[in-house]
Amino acid sequence: MHVITDNLSLYRDGLVTTLRICLYSGLLALLLGTIMAACRVSPLTPLRAVGTSWVTVFRNSPLLVVLFFMAFGLPELGINGTYFVFGTIGLALYTSAFVCEAIRSGINAVPPGQAEAARSVGLGFGQTLSLIVLPQAVRSVIPPLGSVMIAMIKNSAIVGAFGVGGDLFSVGENLTSAQGEAALPVLIGVMLGYLIITIPAGLLLGIVERKVAIAR
Amino acid sequence: MTEVSTDTPMIRLSAVDKYFGALHVLRDIDLEVPRGQVVVVLGPSGSGKSTLCRVINRLEPVDSGSIALDGVPLPAEGRALAELRADVGMVFQQFNLFAHKSILDNVTLGPIKVRKSGKAAARDEAMQLLERVGIADQADKYPAQLSGGQQQRAAIARALAMRPKVMLFDEPTSALDPEMVNEVLDVMTGLAADGMTMLVVSHEMGFARRAAHRVLFMADGEVAEDSVPEDFFQAPATDRAKDFLGKILTH
Ligand SMILES: Nc1ncnc2c1ncn2[C@@H]1O[C@H](COP(=O)(O)OP(=O)(O)O)[C@@H](O)[C@H]1O
Ligand SMILES: [Mg+2]
Repeated sequence: MHVITDNLSLYRDGLVTTLRICLYSGLLALLLGTIMAACRVSPLTPLRAVGTSWVTVFRNSPLLVVLFFMAFGLPELGINGTYFVFGTIGLALYTSAFVCEAIRSGINAVPPGQAEAARSVGLGFGQTLSLIVLPQAVRSVIPPLGSVMIAMIKNSAIVGAFGVGGDLFSVGENLTSAQGEAALPVLIGVMLGYLIITIPAGLLLGIVERKVAIAR
Repeated sequence: MTEVSTDTPMIRLSAVDKYFGALHVLRDIDLEVPRGQVVVVLGPSGSGKSTLCRVINRLEPVDSGSIALDGVPLPAEGRALAELRADVGMVFQQFNLFAHKSILDNVTLGPIKVRKSGKAAARDEAMQLLERVGIADQADKYPAQLSGGQQQRAAIARALAMRPKVMLFDEPTSALDPEMVNEVLDVMTGLAADGMTMLVVSHEMGFARRAAHRVLFMADGEVAEDSVPEDFFQAPATDRAKDFLGKILTH
């Protein structure tokens, strides 16, 4: 196991890179997913079509294919960037489809009378959604959204392996193939790294869940 | 060519048809409700009473015909529709209070977000309304902490806070335990006495006799009878109404 202690700073840097990928992708995915969920429940047909297409494309494509599109498709359109930027955006796009569906199912769990009462009072679509429906949807959205986020953290390994490099997963790969370390202890270190992120994330989720449950 | 404004009916439906798929729910409805009139709508379940209420503030769009409120045709969507809905108070069978907001916030939300009233002014007015419906002491509680009768009175206060021109009630007492029915009907009777234009779907005959100027009996999506309460309850003109009254009078 000394391979872990010997390379602690490598592991640490990997952890930080993975966290950065997850933080940016997660925030972007939440933003895009919420917008798309709003589109999907909008009264306007074109917006609903946008939301539905978005989910259909990104939920049904393998992440790797989305990443290939980002890294090789975008430069052909004249959009350039680093692998980090492309990988992070690709992961965000992919994850946003799942975020959208989690939020939409939460919206559907709010009794329709709530939105009807809001509309009767004279609130517009955006106000009804943001003031009445979403705050009540949050409660049922947190658990599925948590699963989506934990899946995203694990998917960040694909982003790392795809070419970003320097993340937890790549550290492991580097140690085994380039430096010839035994695979098993290296991988145990990698797995510990992911658990350091995902287990607290899960705990945090439980706390948030209890918070929103109290705030009716 | 323009009518004198006091003659403009508060609610006017002309040749309104509404379908749910193949089901013809409102059949060629013509209805005028003058300002200040209290109309009680009754009829068997499924006859289209709720739908009639819901098309008036366009919670349901109609398939043909036109609806005007205070002389203004209902806008199709968007901001204009939202503005018009603000002038129509709606009270639901299931109250539909905003579950995540206190009673006070339920009442002030519309005035603040739609009418752009100041917070303090909205709060003062809300407290007066809650006083009027007898639940000022419940202002800081959440809907789930109130009894059904209290919730429905809060819902009425929420609608009144918008200073509506018309109030629509869809079976406001049907979900209540019997001992809470009167506290809600008393509030409604008070509103009627104050001259509010009201369309009330309800089978409460006491309320109809006491407060209504007019009774509509609906059957199969049509207004089968349109008369005054005394006439309707003593001598309904149609067999369907006789049959219906026979059924509700037995319990
Ligand atoms: N959203 C809907 N979709 C399909 N059918 C509906 C819907 N709302 C009401 N209906 C049907 O329309 C008819 C009239 O309903 P409603 O207006 O609620 O009657 P009432 O209030 O008199 O009981 C009923 O047959 C009902 O099943
Ligand atoms: Mg009904």
